[in-house]
Amino acid sequence: MTPSPRYAFAAPPELRGPGPRRPVAVIGSGPVGLTCALDLATRGIPVVVLDDDDTVASGSRAICWAKRTLEIWDRLGVAEAMVAQGVTWNVGRVFHRDRELYRFDLLPESGHRRPAFINLPQYTVERILIERAADFPDLIDLRWRSEVTGLTPVGDGVRLAVATPEGAYDLDVDWVIAADGARSPTRTRMGLALHGQRFEERFLIADVRMRAAFPTERLFWFEPTFHAGQSALLHRQPDDVFRIDFQLGPDADPDREREPERVMARVRAVVGADTPVTLEWCSVYSFRCARLDRFVHGRVVFVGDAAHVVSPFGARGGNGGVQDADNLCWKLALVLKREANAALIGTYDEERGHGADENILQSSRTTAFMTPKSPAERLLRDGVLALAGEAPFARALLNAGRLSRPCSLAGLSLQTPDDGGGPQDGPVPGTACPDAPVSDAAGRPGWLLDRLGGTGFTLLVFAGAAPPVLPDLPGLGIVVVAATPLAVAGAESLADPDGVAARRYGAMPGTTYLIRPDAHVAARFAAPDGAAIAAALARATGRAGAPFREAA
Amino acid sequence: MLRRDDGFAGRGDDAFALLIRAHDGLSEAESAALNARLVLILAHEVGDLAVLDAAVALARHSLNPEPSPGKPSPSEPSPGETP
Repeated sequence: MTPSPRYAFAAPPELRGPGPRRPVAVIGSGPVGLTCALDLATRGIPVVVLDDDDTVASGSRAICWAKRTLEIWDRLGVAEAMVAQGVTWNVGRVFHRDRELYRFDLLPESGHRRPAFINLPQYTVERILIERAADFPDLIDLRWRSEVTGLTPVGDGVRLAVATPEGAYDLDVDWVIAADGARSPTRTRMGLALHGQRFEERFLIADVRMRAAFPTERLFWFEPTFHAGQSALLHRQPDDVFRIDFQLGPDADPDREREPERVMARVRAVVGADTPVTLEWCSVYSFRCARLDRFVHGRVVFVGDAAHVVSPFGARGGNGGVQDADNLCWKLALVLKREANAALIGTYDEERGHGADENILQSSRTTAFMTPKSPAERLLRDGVLALAGEAPFARALLNAGRLSRPCSLAGLSLQTPDDGGGPQDGPVPGTACPDAPVSDAAGRPGWLLDRLGGTGFTLLVFAGAAPPVLPDLPGLGIVVVAATPLAVAGAESLADPDGVAARRYGAMPGTTYLIRPDAHVAARFAAPDGAAIAAALARATGRAGAPFREAA
Repeated sequence: MLRRDDGFAGRGDDAFALLIRAHDGLSEAESAALNARLVLILAHEVGDLAVLDAAVALARHSLNPEPSPGKPSPSEPSPGETP
């Protein structure tokens, strides 16, 4: 393992005397906290990041990053580096004993910029995010070795007490984002507890370096022949490192299972005695599927593992946390710019609470399938395994991980339900926008998702041969997609020569999508009707009761 | 004879969770009795004897752990082998 970078402590101005009140402090510089900092910076919001350490994660930890996460990171300018340094995969295989039951392709169609997943160790993800943060020297203030020791609500804000190697200071902020992980000290400090289910089962993860011909796929074994436990999982990481996850049972002794000789014996049973292999990192863990009842407590907002924890099967921890950041930061930016009421932050709790429930349900079910609790449950589980080779329905029941997908926000309060007149296919309100290959007016190829959301709301209008008549709605970016690019004043024109975008959005000429800054669909219409769009926009920014007004 | 499409219409995990929950709090003997009754009820819902016959044959066949031909694909590393 390459030595971890050390980031220097720099004495902040507050050590010399009280400083100005800041809009946002992020506590914790993991992948989710750093994604928040970058997202806010791209919206022009200054942010102070406080971390009690001075380096990246020890051990690879979260390694599987989903397509949706990469699309979010594209907006923040880091996905290219992530993909270049990561290992791309789309296919998983499930084995029972020595028999392959089936394979699945998570991205069976082309025309998407990003793959279903990349594998990249958490410490590399953090390093890339930290390097990117340096591109915003006036907006992102990364403070290492700065431990939050106190948190006091003060009026419409929070006072943080911060301890550093050169003394302590107070920091006054409008909002705190608590991104300080599964053992969140902020949560403890505020007397909040996660509620949910604890699983007794113990697992061993071992990162090993070896030259091995395992395919770049997710390999999962039930009752593997090489391991006496119930299951094993293998992932390839960059630089000839493999992650192997062994299910150990509830009675395993964590200290004994961490002994390198014992770990290596398990590893050699997988890879064979003759393959040279070295142990990079290992950890014995059990887990909970649990969440805070509420993610927003006054001016303190919890994100990532600080707000909710899941089992690792499904890659829903890190990816769920990045979706938290994506959901929260545009809302926070609107509130701080006084373009929305603080009540909009309540919809972060509604939407990401829904996401957390989904992630907890899915990862609990996977865990239950892997660890049957009663003879009856085991009989049903084993029946599924025995039938899965031949019966397609049993393959659908077999649960070796329901891998992270973009969370649907359909039916939640910011979205305007279809009135039936709009598209019959394509993403319903609440859905994350699908990607498609497009080209710009100059014929340069690009991706639709690069043009949607981002700094503000976007109106995506599909057109036929004639330019559409567009409403005049200030502050709304407009993208017009047609088979051949149309010149439309006040809009960006994109070509969709093969009709992929139109197909994925179920579009007819006139079909119009209102898209949120986080690239979820807020509303959709048969035509770009100004009044209807203004009403949906008001609703999507938490001004549901506000009278809409269209600029004349 | 047996359907090859998704009879659960995308809600397989919900169906499986429902079956698991059905056994909550039951002894092993009670679970076996519940399973028998469920088989009878569901067999009646199916009704078609040819379908039941095919279902019984598939279930019987799956009790034999002999591998079906063609799997796993030879390009895959078998677990336990040196890849």
